[in-house]
Amino acid sequence: MTRQDLLPGLALVAAIALPLVAPGYLVDVGMLVFFLAFIGQSWNISGGFAGQTSFGHAVFFGTGAYTSTILQITFGWNPWLAWPAAMLAGAIVGWIIAVLSFRAGLRGSYFALITLAFAEAFRILANSLPFTHGGLGMLIKADPRPANFQFRDPIWFYYLALGLCIVSLLIAWQLTRGRFGARLVAVRENEDAARALGIDVFAEKVKALSLSGAIAAAGGTFYAQKYLYIDPNIAFGVDKSIEMLLVTMVGGAGTIFGPLLGAFALTGINEATRALASVVPALKNVQPLSLIVYGVMLILIVGRLPDGLTVLFRRIRRHA
Amino acid sequence: MLEASGVSKSFGGLKAVDSASLDVQAGEIVALIGPNGAGKTTLFATLAGFHRPDAGRIVFDGREITGEPPHRICAAGMVRTFQITQPFAKISVRENLMVGAYLRVDSRSEARRRAEAAATQVGMAGQLDRLGAALTVAGRKRLELARALATGPRLLLLDEVMAGLNPTEIAEIVEIIRAIRASGITILLIEHVMQAVTSLADRVYVLNQGRMIAEGTPAEIAGNSDVVEAYLGHGAAKVLRA
Repeated sequence: MTRQDLLPGLALVAAIALPLVAPGYLVDVGMLVFFLAFIGQSWNISGGFAGQTSFGHAVFFGTGAYTSTILQITFGWNPWLAWPAAMLAGAIVGWIIAVLSFRAGLRGSYFALITLAFAEAFRILANSLPFTHGGLGMLIKADPRPANFQFRDPIWFYYLALGLCIVSLLIAWQLTRGRFGARLVAVRENEDAARALGIDVFAEKVKALSLSGAIAAAGGTFYAQKYLYIDPNIAFGVDKSIEMLLVTMVGGAGTIFGPLLGAFALTGINEATRALASVVPALKNVQPLSLIVYGVMLILIVGRLPDGLTVLFRRIRRHA
Repeated sequence: MLEASGVSKSFGGLKAVDSASLDVQAGEIVALIGPNGAGKTTLFATLAGFHRPDAGRIVFDGREITGEPPHRICAAGMVRTFQITQPFAKISVRENLMVGAYLRVDSRSEARRRAEAAATQVGMAGQLDRLGAALTVAGRKRLELARALATGPRLLLLDEVMAGLNPTEIAEIVEIIRAIRASGITILLIEHVMQAVTSLADRVYVLNQGRMIAEGTPAEIAGNSDVVEAYLGHGAAKVLRA
């Protein structure tokens, strides 16, 4: 076993130990990192591995958040039970969008725009339908009991996010070593060659988007339970879609650790710019400053490091 | 093994393939030749399911496959390569080949083994770890061939695997193709390199302007005046004989 193989193990131990030693603020930031990495991985499966860039992944996130919240508030379901139902809903929405757009032969930017249109349509629907309570949003009654998927101590959300993140990493790891993942990469790299080699390109893309939808929806439920409030903009807004895309692109699309690295980088920038804006008065009105930094970073990454930050790690490892 | 009858395919007003028929017997190497733009690649793409023919029937191994999608045809045992090579650029040669191998096996180690066997068969065992994008033209042509082999086909459709290669590389590919046939795989190939066609093919079909104008052994084809004229222009056969 080399020193590099120990790295993930050490990182895991550090992640588990963090809440025991760090202040609450850092635990919250850590929770955000793992949560972002989790929903980023959802984007990574369809966008990174299968190469189907989406601008509207919030459609799955929001479907998950609303499904579990409606089941809980309107139908009295236990949120733990509503969670898999939300994932199923996310998978179904993924399946429907995939079948509609890939049957129509949409690729590249056309597919990206269609996903954006779906997310916007869902946002507008959530804004106007009675069972989503429209623009008022939905408030989950605070009742902090673990059986209720609510915790008094934020540490538990931290560990839950960590667990989700690990599961998503395992899924991505499985993709890098199995048949399904190999087929997705083949589809991304060259659809014609993939078809010639016996791959049902349409079916694989549909599977990828359904899986991706289920994972993003799981993130939506997690979000709703953590903040106990969702509205159409939070759930289906463009911000979420961009966040999921950005962490993956920045970290490295189609890699196992890309979304996690990207989540670290973006959350770090977010916190740093917020701190900076509170210290430097001139920056107070430039809000949110983080978006400008994100933008610059994305330009740099796309221009200089198209394979994301993971490449830096690989370079370091090669020199080590 | 493969029987195409009356296959036609038009794009807009252009009849790229016009009622073409061919058949390939198990164990044969059959060549499809013809001037540029004759419709050879279109016919190949149609056989392999990339285009739906406007008319005609395609039967593979006694089963009609007309209009079936490429992945089914590949699963049935007929696989094509591309004239313009289509490597999976950002993954290694080994991973490229494993994509092909996964058609028949689910296990990673077995796919790896088959990928390596296919690489050895085409003489690129030493390049397994290179990226698809890092290969030379000759390397890419071999990759096309190996990837198709990795799917475990019974009939290979090779589209100009020798184009752009130097004479040494061509001689190597010719040997590789012979060995592939010896391993029990039937081959239909499009080729411009006539020396390779004469040394490899049992039978030759000639396509010109979408129509099949001749069929026979390489020697018969070389003496066919229709074929000579298709390549050199009207009246050329007479001039040559004089």
